[in-house]
Amino acid sequence: MSSPADTVAAPLKRPPLNPFARFISGDNRYLPPILITLILLVGNLSFGLLESFSRTALAIATSMVLEIAFTLLLYRKFPHLASAYITGISVGILIRSPAFWPYALCSAIAITSKYVIRWRGRHLWNPSNFAISAMLLLVPEYVATLMIQWGNTIWPMLIIWVLGAIIVYRVKRFHITATYVVCFVIFSFVRTFFTGHSFLAEVAPITGPMYQLFIFFMLTDPKTTVSPRWGQCLVAALVAVAEMILRLAENVHAPYYALSIVGPLALAVEIYVKGKRKTSLQSLRPASA
Amino acid sequence: MSKSRIFITVVFIALLATPIAYKRVVAHRQALLIANHQAAALSTYGFVLRECANASGIDFEHQAPKLDSKLDPIMQQIASMGAAVSVVDFDRDGWADFYVTSSGEHARNALYRNMHDGTFRDVAEEVGLADINSPETGVSMGAVWGDYDNDGYDDVLIYKWGKPELYHNDGGKHFSRVTDAAALPAWVNANTAIWFDYDHDGKLDLFLGGYYPEDVDLWHLKTTKIMPESFEYAQNGGRKYLFHNLGNGRFEEVSEKLGIDSRRWALAAVAADFRDTGYPDLFIANDYGVSELYLNENGKHFRAAGKESGVGYAPKSGMTASVGDVLNQGRYGIFVSNISEEGVLVQGNNLWMPQPAASANRIQFENVANAMGVELGGWAFGAQFGDLNNDGFLDLYQVNGNVSLDPDRSYWYDYSKVAGGNRAIIADAANWPPLKGRSLSGFQQKRVWINDGAGQFKEVAQLVGVTDRFDGRSVALADFSNTGALDVVVANQKGPVLLYKNRVDPRNKWIEFNLIGRASNRSAIGADVRVFWNGQQQRQEVSGGSGFCAQNQRRLHFGLGRTSRIDRVEIRWPSGCRQTITSPELDRIHSIEEPQ
Repeated sequence: MSSPADTVAAPLKRPPLNPFARFISGDNRYLPPILITLILLVGNLSFGLLESFSRTALAIATSMVLEIAFTLLLYRKFPHLASAYITGISVGILIRSPAFWPYALCSAIAITSKYVIRWRGRHLWNPSNFAISAMLLLVPEYVATLMIQWGNTIWPMLIIWVLGAIIVYRVKRFHITATYVVCFVIFSFVRTFFTGHSFLAEVAPITGPMYQLFIFFMLTDPKTTVSPRWGQCLVAALVAVAEMILRLAENVHAPYYALSIVGPLALAVEIYVKGKRKTSLQSLRPASA
Repeated sequence: MSKSRIFITVVFIALLATPIAYKRVVAHRQALLIANHQAAALSTYGFVLRECANASGIDFEHQAPKLDSKLDPIMQQIASMGAAVSVVDFDRDGWADFYVTSSGEHARNALYRNMHDGTFRDVAEEVGLADINSPETGVSMGAVWGDYDNDGYDDVLIYKWGKPELYHNDGGKHFSRVTDAAALPAWVNANTAIWFDYDHDGKLDLFLGGYYPEDVDLWHLKTTKIMPESFEYAQNGGRKYLFHNLGNGRFEEVSEKLGIDSRRWALAAVAADFRDTGYPDLFIANDYGVSELYLNENGKHFRAAGKESGVGYAPKSGMTASVGDVLNQGRYGIFVSNISEEGVLVQGNNLWMPQPAASANRIQFENVANAMGVELGGWAFGAQFGDLNNDGFLDLYQVNGNVSLDPDRSYWYDYSKVAGGNRAIIADAANWPPLKGRSLSGFQQKRVWINDGAGQFKEVAQLVGVTDRFDGRSVALADFSNTGALDVVVANQKGPVLLYKNRVDPRNKWIEFNLIGRASNRSAIGADVRVFWNGQQQRQEVSGGSGFCAQNQRRLHFGLGRTSRIDRVEIRWPSGCRQTITSPELDRIHSIEEPQ
């Protein structure tokens, strides 16, 4: 996951905001990291959701150290660490392993992938999505993902939904989350015809915390989503379609794999189309000149 | 491409390749080990196990119950417990016998009497302990033995999904049902029970832990909303009972009065003196949640200390609770088995080791399962500590495997779908997708971890002859041949009872203590024994039940390695009486009566 605030364009001239408004503004790159940290703290202090703080700290530290190292190495400048922090904390929450090393390895793969798997200057995969998918494929005996509820009451879920909704709304990406949720619910209903299971059984996963992080922080990553608003909604819907197909094939990690398949493809198409347009424009210019 | 980018690309490829390479190396090493050492297990590991149930006259097969038809779609998952084994010398002939339970509505339990020649004979019918299971009174989940009336013969509590039953041992010849006089509850869906004398009044008390709530009759369901309300935070399970032994065969239920008030889904309990106070503390491993630790305050009260001690923080699926002085430091560690399924749910087992600064008021545990190598055990159930190779360090035998049906089709996808759902969804069995013949962590490889004494366990199951893939539930250790070797009995769900006979390197010495209480309870449950030799010590406590629905032989077995003598043995009886024995003879069983 990267900070949704990464893509927020430079603001137009507007009246100065009071400190609170500034804090919750979409321009505040620290807002998503702060809110995800709040979620983590509330969840862990109330329900012990983490394997341990130290494992999550290891994931965060690995992520940030590599981000600094690679940015210095490639661009000779110090990076803004919000994105790396979110990647680390997401790995720390979403990966479940009693061992320490998977947290470091997963974070390392996530950050490194940003700098390696690139096309025309953009990285294609959401880093934490790519890394978690890779870990699940490479070392499934040591790693699982968060699949259980945080507590047995509705409150933690509501808090996360509200906090998450605030964040994605402030960074103008609520439409992505909303599209995906609506699609998931519709496809849950569709799946009941194939599986014969109850609607509640099919819709159950989205009530879990893993999905809450997935839809608020991973799916909306601005660095790895397409640009137009309609395109973002279309990609979210396509992720839900891919997920439904994977779910019908009884794949436990359907959302991660669906995003890791659809996300880069959509981005690649966009980059390709933009490139084509640019080339045609360039080829048109001399002609018109 | 710049040099920097090439460097980062190489790092990236290395990161992805490292786990693959590591796994290949580990697999290659394991294959080499199996090829080279299977034949030489005795010389390499100091012991070898051979399964010989049939040859020993044991032909018991566990049957599962058929519960309310509303549960039919997930019947095998719900009815997945009840195979249990407990060791006892019920006739006091000096040879360990064992009792196994079945859970079919009309299935018979079996009491295997040790015939002293390596064979066993089922005498349950003759002594009145076979016909226990019925649709009206429920079916067996396990049994624990203890001499509650101090007449010298071990009595038995059979706990069920149904009415718990207490049977009095009439001189080792017959058992009389005394449930009504004992005033046990009408119905408890229990999966754990232990005997212990929590107040040191010389009479054994009884802890009984509920799994499903006691108002649920699984054969006649009023609702399908009987499932845990959360996969790891459930508190809607069965209540806990603590029966104080009043004497004359009567018991008083005192759990709430003494501070034990929990509705977590208990699967295992064990009592031991973790703080060296002289009083047994109570540890409970819960499914769908955190473990609980109740500290015994001088036999007058129990103080819940799960969180403050560290064991009640990260919730998992606790299935077994076994106690052992793993590092020969005179301090008990607690092993709790959990679920590990590749890529889906890797909870990992817990091995809780007490921190050095433990005191009567404060004890803290740290989970060292990963560091010591006993973490990944599949869908783990019962486990027991015991020195299988008599090298002086406690080893660990763990069984596993949940539901083995079609080996090629897994239920995990559907299971995880609902397990992660909200309370309103997970708690209703009607929402659980049907199993349809699929396996859920079935056909798993058992674990036999040998302890190197330096903080590392090594898994050697395949190498020493443990190759079965049944759905193991309950495991108990006992020296059935009185030769100083701990044999292993395993009760498998919907499978046969297995007896692994142990052949141990004869150069390793051993000693066993059969304790008989006088001021203390006659079974000496809670007696604490420390053996000092070669500058080290090992501590063991006589147990009234441990593991998952299991009980080891009550006699204490110590492996000693290649020593020629023991310095001394210190015994602290539950009454508080202390006794020291200097240089006892090795390679023999010592019967020790509590001094007057």
